[in-house]
Amino acid sequence: MNEETPQRPSRRRFLSAAASGAALGVTPALAGNPKNLPPNVPEWTRVLGDGVATRPYGNPSKHEAHVIRRDVQWLTASRESSVSFTPLHELDGIITPNGLCFERHHAGIAEIDPEDYRLMVHGLVEKPLIFTLAELKRFPRVNRVYFLECAANSGMEWRGAQLNGCQYTHGMVHCVQYTGVPLSVLLAEAGVKPNAKWLLAEGADSAAMTRSIPLAKALDDCLIAYRMNGEMLRPEQGYPARLVVPGWEGNVWVKWLRRLKLGDEPWFAREETSKYTDLMASGKARQFTFVMDAKSVITSPSPQAPLRATGFTVISGLAWSGRGKVARVDVSLDGGKNWRAAKIDGLQLDKACVRFYAETEWSGGEMLLQSRAIDETGYVQPSKSELRKIRGVNSIYHNNGIQTWLVKADGEVENVEVS
Amino acid sequence: MSRCRKTALIRNSPALILRSGRRPRLEGWRQAPCPRPSFETPASALLRRAPQDEGGSFWLRPLLALFLIVAFVVTAHAADRKLGLGRDATQTEIAGWDIDIRPDGQGLPPGSGSVKAGEEVYMGKCAACHGEFGESAGRWPQVAGGQGSLSADDPVKTVGSYFAHVSTVIDYVRHAMPFGDSQSLSNDELYAVVAYLLFLNDIVDDTFVLSKETFGVVKMPNAGGFHDDDRETTEKAFWNPQPCMANCKADVKITGRARVIDVTPDDKAARKGVE
Repeated sequence: MNEETPQRPSRRRFLSAAASGAALGVTPALAGNPKNLPPNVPEWTRVLGDGVATRPYGNPSKHEAHVIRRDVQWLTASRESSVSFTPLHELDGIITPNGLCFERHHAGIAEIDPEDYRLMVHGLVEKPLIFTLAELKRFPRVNRVYFLECAANSGMEWRGAQLNGCQYTHGMVHCVQYTGVPLSVLLAEAGVKPNAKWLLAEGADSAAMTRSIPLAKALDDCLIAYRMNGEMLRPEQGYPARLVVPGWEGNVWVKWLRRLKLGDEPWFAREETSKYTDLMASGKARQFTFVMDAKSVITSPSPQAPLRATGFTVISGLAWSGRGKVARVDVSLDGGKNWRAAKIDGLQLDKACVRFYAETEWSGGEMLLQSRAIDETGYVQPSKSELRKIRGVNSIYHNNGIQTWLVKADGEVENVEVS
Repeated sequence: MSRCRKTALIRNSPALILRSGRRPRLEGWRQAPCPRPSFETPASALLRRAPQDEGGSFWLRPLLALFLIVAFVVTAHAADRKLGLGRDATQTEIAGWDIDIRPDGQGLPPGSGSVKAGEEVYMGKCAACHGEFGESAGRWPQVAGGQGSLSADDPVKTVGSYFAHVSTVIDYVRHAMPFGDSQSLSNDELYAVVAYLLFLNDIVDDTFVLSKETFGVVKMPNAGGFHDDDRETTEKAFWNPQPCMANCKADVKITGRARVIDVTPDDKAARKGVE
């Protein structure tokens, strides 16, 4: 873990910064009702509140109603085959709340009655089997925290800065703790035949989405998860069971999992040929690009989370790598000219998000903020231009280039690209 | 009995835990030479504990050895033992869900469909979204045309220009189409509509009939258009043990701004929390 020395602002510097902030039009948020401020006794102190169990499934404060998944309607033809984005700029730590995990559906949410849920395992196995949900839950189980990133995350940015907000540029990622059955244990129950090399995973949604996964990966660290962050999977995340394929593109994490078929070759399903293949400038395309390269983004400040005060400022962001642990995150305030190591705070887990912070004294001048993740294999997140040199701009998928945020003098933040 | 064995017994006694109301595990687990508790089989646990069992008397050892041999056989068998969960899937159950089709033709259903029959299916069930000629209506996927565009500025990926295998088209339509009414086509309709898609892309002529038997003659124009992930060689430079930390660029200029095109939805509302 890399530490930086936090600079504590002196009181004099703070005051002068506050004064310059006022001059720049950066003012603290105005309070809603002076009657609630000292020396008055606020309204919530003078009355009894709701009792227990009036909110049997608790929701966030009504004042946080803006912290929601959002979609970009011009992106897709219908909401059933579309995506909504995690509000990364409103979150901290590494765990994404279940209700804010981005959604990607190919034919809407399958609403599965757990009593009628069945998982079929067949193909090159000794004994084709069918499991109920109750049976899945009886298997030995494990708990693992993993990030899940859609291969198309940042896909709208290949040709240049387009969307103002890390929710839209990077919000197709989330990180939760899964509880589930190791796939190796479940497959052992059916007995994998020696000539099996690939696994087909199929969903029960109206797209019956399928992907081929190499058996070695399936037996290595994949799970069939039925819980996220302790509770049962949300319907939009594949209730009651989904595949967890750590470090690999989200599309292979088949939701509403209904069938696993063992075979000796991949199936070349639509989602691994027509989609989720990376078209290079040459006109040829890469296929089976499963691993998500190391990537990071500064979530605050960012276009949806502008700076509101000069002085001591914590720059906060998320980083992840499909190849293992994030070893280090560097932050630049000047568009990538100079870098310093950020502080990673909290857990640094394999194929999970890490939270990083860089503390600075913002005087109200322009900043070009960047972050770059370095993983334990030594992979360094490349700049967008380095990436384009190799891949062109038609890849759609796997854009892990370094993001630049322009912090303007008034604290507003814009998505830009730099030389 | 050694201290370790005793604590192991206590630990494994649910009655005792229930009665005492607290688990006496901390004092037991703190003792350094005791085995770490884990979810191992009793046999393998014994194997590990045995060397530390200094309290065992002389005549116990051969007995223990015999037990360990038996235990080893049991453990070895347990490694691939079945947990007894789930039940056999019947052939009928499998047949109902086993709808995937591979490039080598494995999984192709019986039946057949002509381009002519496919035109009727397509016009009735597909053209509203994909366009009468596969050109797309609105933002729905274009399914025909685009050949030769893959290296252009605006590549158009269709059945004719991009799909490497005809099996992919059959498999996908069988799984997911028509959108909102999936898995409703008969096998004949499935073959027919794919035959029509191939016709729209000039891959077959209007007399073509697609079936398990004729499947092999279809040649997809972009069959050679793909190669496996090569990032670890073509992007080897991204593994850099010494990334630049200072003065990495001569100057930094802004080369593009999102605000210029302004396509972000609802940005101001999102920030203020106003719907």
